[in-house]
Amino acid sequence: MSSVITIENVNKTFRAQDGTGVNALENINLTIEQGEFVSFIGPSGCGKSTLLRIIADLIKVTSGTVTVNGKPAEQARKDRDYGFVFQNATLYDWRTVRRNVELPLEIMRYSKAEREQRATEMLKLVELAEFADRYPYQLSGGMQQRVSIARALSFQPRILLMDEPFGALDEMTRERMNNELLSIWGRLKDMTVIFVTHSISEAVYLSSRVVVMSPRPGKISRIIDIDLPRPRGSQTRDMDAFFHLSSQVRHALRGTTPDERSPAILHDGIHD
Amino acid sequence: MTQSAPSREAQITAVVRADRPPSESSTLRTALMTLAILVALVLIWEGMKAFSSANNYEISVAGWTIDLTLFNDSQLPHLTDIARSLLEPAQRNGPPLYVTLLDAVWFTLLSAIQGFVFGGLIGFGLAVLFTHIGFLQRGLLPFVVASQTVPILAIAPMVVVWFGRAGISGLAVPAIAAYLTFFPVTIYTLRGLTSVSPTALELMQTYAAGTWQILIKLRLPNAIPQIFTALKLAATASVVGAIIGELPSGFQNGLGIAILNFARYYNQSPPRLWATIFVAGLVGIAFFGVIALIERLVVRWKPKQSE
Repeated sequence: MSSVITIENVNKTFRAQDGTGVNALENINLTIEQGEFVSFIGPSGCGKSTLLRIIADLIKVTSGTVTVNGKPAEQARKDRDYGFVFQNATLYDWRTVRRNVELPLEIMRYSKAEREQRATEMLKLVELAEFADRYPYQLSGGMQQRVSIARALSFQPRILLMDEPFGALDEMTRERMNNELLSIWGRLKDMTVIFVTHSISEAVYLSSRVVVMSPRPGKISRIIDIDLPRPRGSQTRDMDAFFHLSSQVRHALRGTTPDERSPAILHDGIHD
Repeated sequence: MTQSAPSREAQITAVVRADRPPSESSTLRTALMTLAILVALVLIWEGMKAFSSANNYEISVAGWTIDLTLFNDSQLPHLTDIARSLLEPAQRNGPPLYVTLLDAVWFTLLSAIQGFVFGGLIGFGLAVLFTHIGFLQRGLLPFVVASQTVPILAIAPMVVVWFGRAGISGLAVPAIAAYLTFFPVTIYTLRGLTSVSPTALELMQTYAAGTWQILIKLRLPNAIPQIFTALKLAATASVVGAIIGELPSGFQNGLGIAILNFARYYNQSPPRLWATIFVAGLVGIAFFGVIALIERLVVRWKPKQSE
Protein backbone atom coordinates (compact mmCIF):
# COMPACT_ATOMS: atom_id res chain seq x y z
CA MET A 1 0.00 0.00 0.00
CA SER A 2 1.40 3.39 -0.92
CA SER A 3 0.94 6.55 1.04
CA VAL A 4 -1.72 8.51 -0.71
CA ILE A 5 -1.55 11.63 1.44
CA THR A 6 1.59 13.02 3.05
CA ILE A 7 1.50 16.05 5.31
CA GLU A 8 4.90 17.44 6.29
CA ASN A 9 5.59 20.22 8.79
CA VAL A 10 2.37 21.97 8.02
CA ASN A 11 1.64 25.21 9.83
CA LYS A 12 -1.36 27.43 9.34
CA THR A 13 -1.80 30.86 10.84
CA PHE A 14 -4.89 32.95 10.19
CA ARG A 15 -4.17 36.66 10.28
CA ALA A 16 -6.83 39.06 11.49
CA GLN A 17 -7.09 42.54 9.99
CA ASP A 18 -5.35 44.03 12.98
CA GLY A 19 -2.33 41.84 12.40
CA THR A 20 -2.90 39.41 15.23
CA GLY A 21 -2.55 35.77 14.27
CA VAL A 22 -4.34 32.60 15.26
CA ASN A 23 -2.20 29.49 15.18
CA ALA A 24 -4.75 27.12 13.72
CA LEU A 25 -2.23 24.37 13.01
CA GLU A 26 1.31 23.86 14.24
CA ASN A 27 3.83 21.37 12.96
CA ILE A 28 1.47 18.78 11.59
CA ASN A 29 3.04 15.60 10.27
CA LEU A 30 0.89 12.74 9.05
CA THR A 31 0.95 9.99 6.47
CA ILE A 32 -2.16 8.25 5.22
CA GLU A 33 -2.04 5.02 3.27
CA GLN A 34 -4.30 4.06 0.42
CA GLY A 35 -7.46 2.28 1.53
CA GLU A 36 -7.34 3.62 5.09
CA PHE A 37 -10.29 5.08 6.92
CA VAL A 38 -8.85 7.84 9.09
CA SER A 39 -10.82 10.04 11.47
CA PHE A 40 -9.78 13.42 12.77
CA ILE A 41 -11.29 14.13 16.15
CA GLY A 42 -10.87 16.95 18.60
CA PRO A 43 -12.62 19.82 20.36
CA SER A 44 -13.68 22.96 18.52
CA GLY A 45 -10.73 25.00 17.42
CA CYS A 46 -8.28 22.12 17.20
CA GLY A 47 -7.89 22.62 13.48
CA LYS A 48 -9.38 19.36 12.22
CA SER A 49 -11.63 21.02 9.64
CA THR A 50 -8.80 23.37 8.70
CA LEU A 51 -6.50 20.41 8.14
CA LEU A 52 -9.10 18.69 5.99
CA ARG A 53 -9.52 21.82 3.90
CA ILE A 54 -5.77 22.14 3.54
CA ILE A 55 -5.63 18.61 2.17
CA ALA A 56 -8.43 19.62 -0.19
CA ASP A 57 -6.54 22.77 -1.22
CA LEU A 58 -9.48 24.91 -0.17
CA ILE A 59 -7.14 26.66 2.26
CA LYS A 60 -3.44 27.26 1.63
CA VAL A 61 -0.74 26.37 4.15
CA THR A 62 1.37 29.05 5.78
CA SER A 63 4.32 26.67 5.59
CA GLY A 64 4.93 22.98 4.97
CA THR A 65 3.90 20.64 2.19
CA VAL A 66 0.89 18.52 1.43
CA THR A 67 1.21 15.78 -1.14
CA VAL A 68 -1.85 13.99 -2.47
CA ASN A 69 -1.47 11.08 -4.88
CA GLY A 70 2.14 12.07 -5.34
CA LYS A 71 1.26 15.63 -6.40
CA PRO A 72 0.94 18.96 -4.59
CA ALA A 73 -2.53 19.42 -3.08
CA GLU A 74 -3.40 22.12 -5.60
CA GLN A 75 -2.72 19.82 -8.53
CA ALA A 76 -4.72 17.02 -6.92
CA ARG A 77 -7.66 19.40 -6.63
CA LYS A 78 -7.33 20.47 -10.26
CA ASP A 79 -7.17 16.81 -11.26
CA ARG A 80 -10.30 16.13 -9.20
CA ASP A 81 -8.66 13.39 -7.21
CA TYR A 82 -11.06 13.61 -4.27
CA GLY A 83 -14.70 14.07 -3.42
CA PHE A 84 -15.73 16.38 -0.58
CA VAL A 85 -18.77 15.98 1.63
CA PHE A 86 -19.71 19.01 3.73
CA GLN A 87 -21.52 19.16 7.03
CA ASN A 88 -24.61 20.51 5.39
CA ALA A 89 -25.45 18.66 2.23
CA THR A 90 -25.00 21.79 0.11
CA LEU A 91 -27.29 20.53 -2.60
CA TYR A 92 -28.33 23.09 -5.20
CA ASP A 93 -32.02 23.82 -4.53
CA TRP A 94 -32.88 24.44 -8.14
CA ARG A 95 -31.66 21.07 -9.32
CA THR A 96 -33.38 17.74 -8.93
CA VAL A 97 -31.64 15.02 -6.96
CA ARG A 98 -30.41 13.43 -10.17
CA ARG A 99 -29.07 16.69 -11.56
CA ASN A 100 -27.34 17.42 -8.27
CA VAL A 101 -25.48 14.14 -8.55
CA GLU A 102 -24.63 15.01 -12.15
CA LEU A 103 -23.22 18.44 -11.22
CA PRO A 104 -19.53 17.43 -10.98
CA LEU A 105 -19.92 15.30 -14.10
CA GLU A 106 -21.22 18.31 -16.02
CA ILE A 107 -18.30 20.41 -14.86
CA MET A 108 -15.89 17.68 -15.83
CA ARG A 109 -17.59 17.48 -19.22
CA TYR A 110 -18.78 13.90 -19.19
CA SER A 111 -21.13 13.03 -22.02
CA LYS A 112 -24.86 13.11 -21.39
CA ALA A 113 -25.12 9.33 -21.59
CA GLU A 114 -22.27 8.82 -19.15
CA ARG A 115 -23.75 11.34 -16.72
CA GLU A 116 -27.11 9.62 -16.72
CA GLN A 117 -25.57 6.21 -16.26
CA ARG A 118 -23.31 7.26 -13.39
CA ALA A 119 -26.02 9.23 -11.64
CA THR A 120 -28.37 6.27 -11.80
CA GLU A 121 -25.66 3.97 -10.46
CA MET A 122 -24.79 6.31 -7.59
CA LEU A 123 -28.39 6.85 -6.60
CA LYS A 124 -28.88 3.11 -6.51
CA LEU A 125 -25.78 2.82 -4.32
CA VAL A 126 -27.23 5.20 -1.72
CA GLU A 127 -30.72 3.73 -2.18
CA LEU A 128 -32.40 6.90 -3.40
CA ALA A 129 -33.23 5.81 -6.95
CA GLU A 130 -36.97 6.54 -6.52
CA PHE A 131 -36.22 10.14 -5.53
CA ALA A 132 -34.16 11.01 -8.56
CA ASP A 133 -36.63 13.56 -9.86
CA ARG A 134 -37.46 15.20 -6.54
CA TYR A 135 -36.11 18.52 -5.40
CA PRO A 136 -33.91 18.83 -2.29
CA TYR A 137 -36.64 20.59 -0.32
CA GLN A 138 -38.66 17.40 -0.52
CA LEU A 139 -35.97 15.30 1.16
CA SER A 140 -35.09 14.82 4.81
CA GLY A 141 -31.67 15.79 6.17
CA GLY A 142 -30.37 12.25 6.09
CA MET A 143 -31.55 11.74 2.54
CA GLN A 144 -29.97 15.00 1.41
CA GLN A 145 -26.68 13.91 2.91
CA ARG A 146 -26.91 10.61 1.05
CA VAL A 147 -27.37 12.56 -2.18
CA SER A 148 -24.32 14.58 -1.22
CA ILE A 149 -22.33 11.37 -0.82
CA ALA A 150 -23.62 10.04 -4.14
CA ARG A 151 -22.53 13.30 -5.74
CA ALA A 152 -19.07 13.11 -4.17
CA LEU A 153 -18.56 9.60 -5.53
CA SER A 154 -20.12 10.13 -8.95
CA PHE A 155 -16.81 10.81 -10.66
CA GLN A 156 -15.14 7.91 -8.85
CA PRO A 157 -12.41 9.66 -6.90
CA ARG A 158 -10.14 7.41 -4.89
CA ILE A 159 -10.21 9.77 -1.93
CA LEU A 160 -13.23 10.91 0.05
CA LEU A 161 -12.94 13.88 2.40
CA MET A 162 -15.82 14.27 4.83
CA ASP A 163 -16.29 17.22 7.20
CA GLU A 164 -18.62 16.12 10.01
CA PRO A 165 -21.10 14.89 7.43
CA PHE A 166 -23.52 13.40 9.93
CA GLY A 167 -23.16 16.06 12.60
CA ALA A 168 -26.52 17.66 11.86
CA LEU A 169 -28.42 14.37 12.03
CA ASP A 170 -30.05 12.66 14.98
CA GLU A 171 -28.33 9.73 16.66
CA MET A 172 -30.36 6.97 15.03
CA THR A 173 -30.02 8.39 11.55
CA ARG A 174 -26.33 8.90 12.22
CA GLU A 175 -25.80 5.26 13.17
CA ARG A 176 -27.65 4.16 10.05
CA MET A 177 -25.58 6.48 7.90
CA ASN A 178 -22.41 5.10 9.51
CA ASN A 179 -23.40 1.61 8.40
CA GLU A 180 -24.28 2.82 4.92
CA LEU A 181 -20.96 4.60 4.63
CA LEU A 182 -19.03 1.49 5.70
CA SER A 183 -21.02 -0.57 3.24
CA ILE A 184 -20.24 1.83 0.39
CA TRP A 185 -16.59 2.03 1.39
CA GLY A 186 -16.41 -1.73 1.53
CA ARG A 187 -17.75 -2.01 -1.99
CA LEU A 188 -15.31 0.48 -3.53
CA LYS A 189 -11.84 -0.96 -3.64
CA ASP A 190 -8.96 1.05 -2.25
CA MET A 191 -11.06 4.10 -1.38
CA THR A 192 -9.27 6.28 1.17
CA VAL A 193 -11.55 8.17 3.53
CA ILE A 194 -10.68 11.06 5.84
CA PHE A 195 -13.53 11.73 8.22
CA VAL A 196 -13.75 14.70 10.58
CA THR A 197 -16.01 14.16 13.56
CA HIS A 198 -16.92 15.28 17.04
CA SER A 199 -18.16 11.88 18.07
CA ILE A 200 -15.83 9.43 19.79
CA SER A 201 -18.01 6.41 19.13
CA GLU A 202 -18.40 7.35 15.47
CA ALA A 203 -14.65 7.73 15.06
CA VAL A 204 -13.90 4.38 16.67
CA TYR A 205 -16.71 2.57 14.88
CA LEU A 206 -15.73 3.68 11.40
CA SER A 207 -11.97 4.09 11.36
CA SER A 208 -8.80 2.11 11.01
CA ARG A 209 -6.96 4.95 12.70
CA VAL A 210 -8.08 7.87 14.84
CA VAL A 211 -6.05 11.08 14.82
CA VAL A 212 -6.70 12.96 18.05
CA MET A 213 -6.09 16.70 17.85
CA SER A 214 -5.86 19.41 20.44
CA PRO A 215 -6.32 23.18 20.12
CA ARG A 216 -4.36 26.35 20.77
CA PRO A 217 -2.26 25.73 18.83
CA GLY A 218 -3.81 22.98 16.71
CA LYS A 219 -1.66 19.86 17.01
CA ILE A 220 -1.91 16.12 16.69
CA SER A 221 -1.77 14.87 20.23
CA ARG A 222 -2.09 11.14 19.58
CA ILE A 223 -2.81 8.67 16.83
CA ILE A 224 -4.67 5.53 17.88
CA ASP A 225 -4.86 2.37 15.77
CA ILE A 226 -8.29 0.81 15.71
CA ASP A 227 -7.82 -2.89 15.15
CA LEU A 228 -11.43 -3.93 15.46
CA PRO A 229 -12.39 -6.63 12.96
CA ARG A 230 -14.24 -5.82 9.76
CA PRO A 231 -16.97 -5.95 8.61
CA ARG A 232 -18.24 -3.89 11.52
CA GLY A 233 -21.80 -3.96 12.74
CA SER A 234 -23.92 -3.59 15.83
CA GLN A 235 -21.95 -6.41 17.43
CA THR A 236 -18.82 -4.26 17.18
CA ARG A 237 -20.26 -1.67 19.54
CA ASP A 238 -20.75 -4.37 22.16
CA MET A 239 -17.15 -5.55 22.13
CA ASP A 240 -14.83 -4.92 25.06
CA ALA A 241 -12.22 -3.74 22.63
CA PHE A 242 -14.65 -1.09 21.39
CA PHE A 243 -15.02 0.23 24.91
CA HIS A 244 -11.29 0.24 25.55
CA LEU A 245 -10.49 1.99 22.33
CA SER A 246 -13.19 4.60 22.97
CA SER A 247 -11.64 5.12 26.40
CA GLN A 248 -8.26 5.62 24.84
CA VAL A 249 -9.66 8.24 22.50
CA ARG A 250 -11.49 9.95 25.33
CA HIS A 251 -8.39 10.13 27.44
CA ALA A 252 -6.33 11.32 24.53
CA LEU A 253 -8.85 14.13 24.07
CA ARG A 254 -8.56 15.05 27.72
CA GLY A 255 -4.83 14.80 27.75
CA THR A 256 -4.81 12.01 30.29
CA THR A 257 -4.04 8.31 29.97
CA PRO A 258 -6.29 5.44 31.09
CA ASP A 259 -3.30 3.77 32.72
CA GLU A 260 -3.90 4.19 36.42
CA ARG A 261 -0.38 3.36 37.47
CA SER A 262 1.16 6.38 35.84
CA PRO A 263 -1.46 8.92 35.05
CA ALA A 264 0.61 11.24 32.85
CA ILE A 265 -1.02 14.57 32.24
CA LEU A 266 -0.10 15.80 28.79
CA HIS A 267 0.01 19.57 28.50
CA ASP A 268 -1.12 19.86 24.97
CA GLY A 269 -4.70 18.86 25.55
CA ILE A 270 -7.78 20.07 27.33
CA HIS A 271 -8.12 19.36 31.00
CA ASP A 272 -11.56 18.95 32.41
CA MET B 1 -28.87 -2.40 3.66
CA THR B 2 -32.50 -3.35 3.31
CA GLN B 3 -35.52 -1.48 4.53
CA SER B 4 -38.85 -3.07 5.29
CA ALA B 5 -41.51 -2.40 2.64
CA PRO B 6 -43.90 -0.39 4.87
CA SER B 7 -41.26 2.03 6.08
CA ARG B 8 -40.16 2.73 2.52
CA GLU B 9 -43.77 3.34 1.56
CA ALA B 10 -44.25 5.64 4.50
CA GLN B 11 -41.17 7.52 3.41
CA ILE B 12 -42.46 7.94 -0.13
CA THR B 13 -45.90 9.00 1.10
CA ALA B 14 -44.38 11.61 3.35
CA VAL B 15 -42.35 12.96 0.47
CA VAL B 16 -45.26 12.96 -1.97
CA ARG B 17 -47.36 14.86 0.53
CA ALA B 18 -44.85 17.66 0.39
CA ASP B 19 -45.34 18.33 -3.28
CA ARG B 20 -49.11 18.17 -3.64
CA PRO B 21 -50.15 21.14 -5.82
CA PRO B 22 -51.35 24.25 -3.97
CA SER B 23 -54.89 23.68 -2.85
CA GLU B 24 -57.69 25.23 -4.85
CA SER B 25 -58.90 27.10 -1.80
CA SER B 26 -55.82 29.29 -1.41
CA THR B 27 -56.05 30.70 -4.96
CA LEU B 28 -59.78 31.15 -4.52
CA ARG B 29 -59.23 32.82 -1.20
CA THR B 30 -56.77 35.28 -2.75
CA ALA B 31 -59.22 36.09 -5.56
CA LEU B 32 -62.05 36.65 -3.10
CA MET B 33 -59.81 38.83 -0.97
CA THR B 34 -58.90 41.01 -3.94
CA LEU B 35 -62.54 41.31 -4.92
CA ALA B 36 -63.50 42.22 -1.38
CA ILE B 37 -60.88 44.96 -1.26
CA LEU B 38 -62.07 46.35 -4.61
CA VAL B 39 -65.64 46.44 -3.37
CA ALA B 40 -64.49 48.14 -0.18
CA LEU B 41 -62.62 50.79 -2.18
CA VAL B 42 -65.67 51.45 -4.35
CA LEU B 43 -67.80 51.80 -1.23
CA ILE B 44 -65.33 54.19 0.36
CA TRP B 45 -65.10 56.28 -2.82
CA GLU B 46 -68.82 56.67 -3.29
CA GLY B 47 -69.44 56.70 0.44
CA MET B 48 -67.16 59.66 1.05
CA LYS B 49 -68.72 61.49 -1.89
CA ALA B 50 -72.21 60.89 -0.56
CA PHE B 51 -71.21 61.93 2.94
CA SER B 52 -69.44 65.08 1.76
CA SER B 53 -72.27 66.12 -0.52
CA ALA B 54 -74.81 65.64 2.27
CA ASN B 55 -72.70 67.91 4.48
CA ASN B 56 -72.14 70.57 1.87
CA TYR B 57 -68.48 69.62 1.57
CA GLU B 58 -67.57 70.83 5.01
CA ILE B 59 -67.63 69.37 8.50
CA SER B 60 -66.65 70.62 11.91
CA VAL B 61 -64.74 68.34 14.19
CA ALA B 62 -63.60 69.45 17.63
CA GLY B 63 -63.57 73.06 16.66
CA TRP B 64 -61.67 72.49 13.39
CA THR B 65 -63.37 72.95 10.06
CA ILE B 66 -62.41 70.25 7.54
CA ASP B 67 -62.81 71.15 3.91
CA LEU B 68 -64.28 68.26 1.91
CA THR B 69 -64.47 69.90 -1.49
CA LEU B 70 -62.01 67.35 -2.79
CA PHE B 71 -64.93 64.91 -2.89
CA ASN B 72 -67.07 67.01 -5.20
CA ASP B 73 -67.95 65.84 -8.67
CA SER B 74 -65.32 67.94 -10.37
CA GLN B 75 -62.37 66.79 -8.32
CA LEU B 76 -63.44 63.22 -7.66
CA PRO B 77 -66.02 62.13 -10.22
CA HIS B 78 -68.48 59.35 -9.59
CA LEU B 79 -67.11 55.99 -10.59
CA THR B 80 -70.10 55.50 -12.85
CA ASP B 81 -69.27 58.75 -14.62
CA ILE B 82 -65.70 57.62 -15.10
CA ALA B 83 -66.90 54.33 -16.56
CA ARG B 84 -69.36 56.11 -18.83
CA SER B 85 -66.71 58.46 -20.15
CA LEU B 86 -64.89 55.48 -21.60
CA LEU B 87 -67.79 54.79 -23.89
CA GLU B 88 -68.16 58.33 -25.16
CA PRO B 89 -65.91 60.00 -27.69
CA ALA B 90 -63.18 62.26 -26.35
CA GLN B 91 -63.18 64.41 -29.48
CA ARG B 92 -66.11 65.55 -31.58
CA ASN B 93 -66.99 62.74 -34.00
CA GLY B 94 -64.12 60.69 -32.70
CA PRO B 95 -64.11 57.09 -31.53
CA PRO B 96 -65.13 56.19 -27.95
CA LEU B 97 -62.53 57.03 -25.33
CA TYR B 98 -61.65 53.42 -24.71
CA VAL B 99 -60.55 53.01 -28.32
CA THR B 100 -58.31 56.08 -28.08
CA LEU B 101 -56.91 54.82 -24.83
CA LEU B 102 -56.25 51.36 -26.22
CA ASP B 103 -54.18 52.92 -28.98
CA ALA B 104 -52.37 54.97 -26.38
CA VAL B 105 -51.78 51.88 -24.25
CA TRP B 106 -50.35 50.04 -27.21
CA PHE B 107 -47.95 52.87 -28.00
CA THR B 108 -46.80 53.30 -24.40
CA LEU B 109 -46.57 49.60 -23.71
CA LEU B 110 -44.35 49.10 -26.74
CA SER B 111 -41.94 51.75 -25.46
CA ALA B 112 -42.15 50.33 -21.96
CA ILE B 113 -41.31 46.83 -23.14
CA GLN B 114 -38.40 48.08 -25.21
CA GLY B 115 -37.14 50.03 -22.21
CA PHE B 116 -37.67 46.99 -20.01
CA VAL B 117 -35.54 44.83 -22.28
CA PHE B 118 -32.75 47.43 -22.74
CA GLY B 119 -32.71 48.34 -19.07
CA GLY B 120 -32.86 44.71 -18.05
CA LEU B 121 -29.91 43.78 -20.25
CA ILE B 122 -27.85 46.73 -19.06
CA GLY B 123 -28.71 46.04 -15.43
CA PHE B 124 -27.88 42.38 -15.82
CA GLY B 125 -24.61 43.13 -17.58
CA LEU B 126 -23.58 45.57 -14.88
CA ALA B 127 -24.42 43.08 -12.15
CA VAL B 128 -22.31 40.35 -13.76
CA LEU B 129 -19.47 42.83 -14.23
CA PHE B 130 -19.65 44.06 -10.65
CA THR B 131 -19.77 40.49 -9.32
CA HIS B 132 -16.47 39.59 -10.91
CA ILE B 133 -14.56 42.87 -10.80
CA GLY B 134 -14.58 44.17 -7.25
CA PHE B 135 -13.01 47.55 -7.87
CA LEU B 136 -15.52 48.34 -10.63
CA GLN B 137 -18.31 47.67 -8.18
CA ARG B 138 -16.78 49.84 -5.50
CA GLY B 139 -16.05 52.61 -7.98
CA LEU B 140 -19.23 52.65 -10.05
CA LEU B 141 -22.00 51.59 -7.68
CA PRO B 142 -22.26 55.02 -6.01
CA PHE B 143 -22.74 56.60 -9.44
CA VAL B 144 -25.36 54.03 -10.32
CA VAL B 145 -27.23 54.92 -7.15
CA ALA B 146 -26.79 58.65 -7.71
CA SER B 147 -28.20 58.33 -11.21
CA GLN B 148 -31.56 57.48 -9.77
CA THR B 149 -31.76 60.50 -7.53
CA VAL B 150 -31.74 62.89 -10.48
CA PRO B 151 -35.40 63.63 -11.19
CA ILE B 152 -36.39 61.89 -14.37
CA LEU B 153 -38.61 64.80 -15.30
CA ALA B 154 -35.42 66.86 -15.64
CA ILE B 155 -33.57 64.33 -17.76
CA ALA B 156 -36.41 63.33 -20.07
CA PRO B 157 -36.42 66.53 -22.18
CA MET B 158 -32.64 66.35 -22.57
CA VAL B 159 -32.81 62.75 -23.75
CA VAL B 160 -35.53 63.64 -26.28
CA VAL B 161 -33.36 66.44 -27.67
CA TRP B 162 -30.17 64.35 -27.84
CA PHE B 163 -31.86 61.40 -29.49
CA GLY B 164 -33.67 63.73 -31.87
CA ARG B 165 -30.36 65.28 -32.95
CA ALA B 166 -28.85 61.82 -33.38
CA GLY B 167 -31.72 60.87 -35.61
CA ILE B 168 -33.06 58.14 -33.33
CA SER B 169 -35.93 60.02 -31.73
CA GLY B 170 -37.97 56.84 -31.82
CA LEU B 171 -35.70 55.40 -29.15
CA ALA B 172 -35.99 58.34 -26.79
CA VAL B 173 -38.97 57.10 -24.79
CA PRO B 174 -37.62 53.53 -24.50
CA ALA B 175 -34.34 55.01 -23.34
CA ILE B 176 -36.04 56.91 -20.57
CA ALA B 177 -37.96 53.79 -19.59
CA ALA B 178 -34.66 51.89 -19.57
CA TYR B 179 -33.17 54.51 -17.29
CA LEU B 180 -35.71 53.67 -14.60
CA THR B 181 -35.50 49.97 -15.29
CA PHE B 182 -31.80 49.20 -15.12
CA PHE B 183 -31.36 50.24 -11.51
CA PRO B 184 -33.48 47.64 -9.69
CA VAL B 185 -32.22 44.98 -12.06
CA THR B 186 -28.59 45.86 -11.28
CA ILE B 187 -29.06 45.95 -7.54
CA TYR B 188 -31.13 42.81 -7.12
CA THR B 189 -29.22 40.75 -9.66
CA LEU B 190 -25.96 41.74 -7.98
CA ARG B 191 -27.39 40.68 -4.65
CA GLY B 192 -28.53 37.35 -6.08
CA LEU B 193 -25.23 36.64 -7.83
CA THR B 194 -23.12 37.37 -4.77
CA SER B 195 -25.32 35.81 -2.11
CA VAL B 196 -24.17 32.25 -2.73
CA SER B 197 -23.31 30.28 0.38
CA PRO B 198 -19.59 29.84 1.06
CA THR B 199 -19.88 26.05 1.05
CA ALA B 200 -21.67 26.12 -2.28
CA LEU B 201 -18.64 28.00 -3.62
CA GLU B 202 -16.22 25.63 -1.91
CA LEU B 203 -18.04 22.78 -3.58
CA MET B 204 -17.29 24.37 -6.94
CA GLN B 205 -13.66 24.74 -5.93
CA THR B 206 -13.39 21.04 -5.14
CA TYR B 207 -14.45 20.42 -8.73
CA ALA B 208 -11.87 22.95 -9.97
CA ALA B 209 -14.72 24.69 -11.80
CA GLY B 210 -13.91 27.74 -13.94
CA THR B 211 -15.34 31.22 -13.33
CA TRP B 212 -17.77 30.88 -16.22
CA GLN B 213 -19.02 27.51 -14.98
CA ILE B 214 -19.49 28.93 -11.50
CA LEU B 215 -21.48 31.82 -12.99
CA ILE B 216 -23.76 29.64 -15.12
CA LYS B 217 -24.22 26.71 -12.76
CA LEU B 218 -24.21 28.42 -9.39
CA ARG B 219 -24.52 32.19 -9.31
CA LEU B 220 -27.19 32.59 -11.96
CA PRO B 221 -29.64 29.93 -10.74
CA ASN B 222 -29.06 31.19 -7.22
CA ALA B 223 -29.97 34.69 -8.39
CA ILE B 224 -33.19 33.79 -10.18
CA PRO B 225 -35.60 34.60 -7.34
CA GLN B 226 -33.92 37.98 -6.87
CA ILE B 227 -33.91 38.61 -10.59
CA PHE B 228 -37.64 38.06 -10.74
CA THR B 229 -38.15 40.50 -7.89
CA ALA B 230 -36.14 43.00 -9.88
CA LEU B 231 -38.09 42.30 -13.07
CA LYS B 232 -41.39 42.87 -11.30
CA LEU B 233 -40.17 46.25 -10.09
CA ALA B 234 -38.70 46.95 -13.50
CA ALA B 235 -42.01 46.16 -15.18
CA THR B 236 -43.84 48.92 -13.36
CA ALA B 237 -40.84 51.26 -13.54
CA SER B 238 -40.68 50.88 -17.31
CA VAL B 239 -44.35 51.88 -17.68
CA VAL B 240 -43.78 54.94 -15.50
CA GLY B 241 -40.64 55.79 -17.44
CA ALA B 242 -42.42 55.46 -20.77
CA ILE B 243 -45.29 57.69 -19.66
CA ILE B 244 -42.95 60.37 -18.33
CA GLY B 245 -40.72 60.09 -21.34
CA GLU B 246 -43.61 60.91 -23.62
CA LEU B 247 -44.34 64.23 -21.94
CA PRO B 248 -41.58 66.31 -23.50
CA SER B 249 -41.34 64.19 -26.59
CA GLY B 250 -43.71 66.12 -28.81
CA PHE B 251 -45.31 62.86 -29.96
CA GLN B 252 -49.08 62.71 -30.39
CA ASN B 253 -49.58 59.20 -29.10
CA GLY B 254 -49.27 57.43 -25.81
CA LEU B 255 -50.73 57.45 -22.35
CA GLY B 256 -48.42 60.27 -21.26
CA ILE B 257 -49.77 62.56 -23.96
CA ALA B 258 -53.32 61.51 -23.14
CA ILE B 259 -52.75 62.37 -19.50
CA LEU B 260 -51.25 65.71 -20.52
CA ASN B 261 -54.20 66.55 -22.75
CA PHE B 262 -56.90 65.53 -20.32
CA ALA B 263 -55.12 67.37 -17.52
CA ARG B 264 -54.97 70.53 -19.61
CA TYR B 265 -58.65 70.31 -20.45
CA TYR B 266 -59.63 68.84 -17.08
CA ASN B 267 -62.57 71.10 -16.42
CA GLN B 268 -64.23 70.14 -19.69
CA SER B 269 -64.58 66.55 -18.53
CA PRO B 270 -62.96 65.48 -15.28
CA PRO B 271 -63.84 61.78 -15.67
CA ARG B 272 -61.62 61.41 -18.74
CA LEU B 273 -58.40 62.09 -16.85
CA TRP B 274 -59.42 59.66 -14.14
CA ALA B 275 -60.26 57.03 -16.71
CA THR B 276 -56.83 57.47 -18.27
CA ILE B 277 -55.13 57.22 -14.90
CA PHE B 278 -56.97 53.99 -14.09
CA VAL B 279 -56.08 52.55 -17.47
CA ALA B 280 -52.41 53.44 -16.93
CA GLY B 281 -52.52 51.75 -13.55
CA LEU B 282 -54.03 48.65 -15.10
CA VAL B 283 -51.24 48.51 -17.67
CA GLY B 284 -48.67 48.52 -14.90
CA ILE B 285 -50.51 45.83 -12.97
CA ALA B 286 -50.90 43.68 -16.07
CA PHE B 287 -47.19 43.87 -16.92
CA PHE B 288 -46.33 43.02 -13.30
CA GLY B 289 -48.78 40.13 -13.39
CA VAL B 290 -47.23 38.66 -16.52
CA ILE B 291 -43.80 38.62 -14.88
CA ALA B 292 -45.26 37.10 -11.72
CA LEU B 293 -46.90 34.39 -13.79
CA ILE B 294 -43.65 33.57 -15.58
CA GLU B 295 -41.95 33.40 -12.20
CA ARG B 296 -44.52 30.90 -10.97
CA LEU B 297 -43.85 28.70 -13.96
CA VAL B 298 -40.05 28.94 -13.81
CA VAL B 299 -39.36 28.66 -10.09
CA ARG B 300 -40.49 25.14 -9.33
CA TRP B 301 -37.97 24.16 -6.71
CA LYS B 302 -39.43 25.92 -3.71
CA PRO B 303 -42.47 24.77 -1.77
CA LYS B 304 -45.38 26.63 -3.35
CA GLN B 305 -46.53 29.78 -1.58
CA SER B 306 -49.49 31.89 -2.58
CA GLU B 307 -48.43 35.37 -3.68
